[in-house]
Amino acid sequence: MKEIKVLGTGCCGNCSSTIALIEQVAQSKGVAVSLKKVEDLREVMSYGIMSTPGVVIDGKVVHAGGVPSRAKIEQWLVASTA
Amino acid sequence: MDAVLAPLRRWPGQQPLLFLPLAAAAWFGLYQTLMPAADALVAALPVDHDSHLGAALQFFFYDTPKVLLLLTGIVFVMGMINSYFTPERTRALLAGRAEGAANVMAASLGIVTPFCSCSAVPLFIGFVQAGVPLGVTFSFLISAPMVNEVALTLLFAMFGWNVALLYLGLGLLVAIVAGWVIGRLRMEAYLEDWVRDMPHAVVAVGEDRLSLGERLDAGFVSVREIVGRVWPYIVGGIAIGAGIHGYVPQDFMASFMGKDAWWAVPLAVVIGVPMYSSAAGIIPIVQALLAKGAALGTVLAFMMSVIALSLPEMVILRKVLKMRLIATFVGVVATGILIVGYVFNAVL
Repeated sequence: MKEIKVLGTGCCGNCSSTIALIEQVAQSKGVAVSLKKVEDLREVMSYGIMSTPGVVIDGKVVHAGGVPSRAKIEQWLVASTA
Repeated sequence: MDAVLAPLRRWPGQQPLLFLPLAAAAWFGLYQTLMPAADALVAALPVDHDSHLGAALQFFFYDTPKVLLLLTGIVFVMGMINSYFTPERTRALLAGRAEGAANVMAASLGIVTPFCSCSAVPLFIGFVQAGVPLGVTFSFLISAPMVNEVALTLLFAMFGWNVALLYLGLGLLVAIVAGWVIGRLRMEAYLEDWVRDMPHAVVAVGEDRLSLGERLDAGFVSVREIVGRVWPYIVGGIAIGAGIHGYVPQDFMASFMGKDAWWAVPLAVVIGVPMYSSAAGIIPIVQALLAKGAALGTVLAFMMSVIALSLPEMVILRKVLKMRLIATFVGVVATGILIVGYVFNAVL
């Protein structure tokens, strides 16, 4: 199971859209994930990103800034099952 | 349906050199036909053109399609340009540079670096952590939201290129000077303690070699995100502007937003600072006010203070800045805007 964190300060809707999209893709691909939303500013900044939302998979930052595309999410999830 | 559309949707990214000229041609064709179409539509309306309603409808039907089409085109191009200027790269460009020239650079980079007010705080911390001087960081933080493609496009569409350029120049000037002043005031002590204690970040920019196709996709994403978000504000703003055009008597605004009222500029700034609106909603209204005799400097000052300073932004910044620094920031920027307003009213 992959541990996914979405980093965001929760001000615009982009972070929630990102979470919803990852959930959707994971479900349609049948990949088990644990999704967590990280809103605490200090924790967000500890990953060294400068634009939100950021996506962290198993402790590694894979994305920062803007809602990631569906294709990109599929790539992350497929790579994680392989 | 999706099986048919999917290859079509992927096509632009695969053949960017073919898509770009075709899209540009289609855009110009559409622009050329839209104006006569709006013309015909207004002419066909069963209302007296000289009536209040006629004037309002005319304004609405001319400006809505024009502004939306211009915005879509420019946001798309800016989305592609933005993909060259990630915040990480901007930070690397600014880190360790001396103040002065760096303020100019930061303000200019603020135009082309993609920026969302939600990211203001992470950006701020990221800059400070990498050793970008506080004043330079502020130059960026002032220019990025104030001088943006949505504001410039709307100004261009509604006032022409000279006002758009003027706004661009003055916005940059305010950002550069205000950032420089904040830097001179040596206010590093007024960062929240945890921000100052964060470990110094090592700035390394990974080579991101995106293909032209991928940059094209970035353009599409921008259009979906930005135009998708602001169009209701634009239509709403134009509708209100249309109402002002049709129903507010000529020269009505001249009495209290005209050049002769010295208190108009400060009042405009004081009203504008706590207000929060995107450029999209405010500019069509501002255009209508101007047509009714308001002075350009007053109106520009109002617009800048609405866009550059807002209450929600202060609340977010409070997480990383102490009150005194926030107050200084608002004071310095508001003063800059005030001067811009007065200079404009005096010169024009």
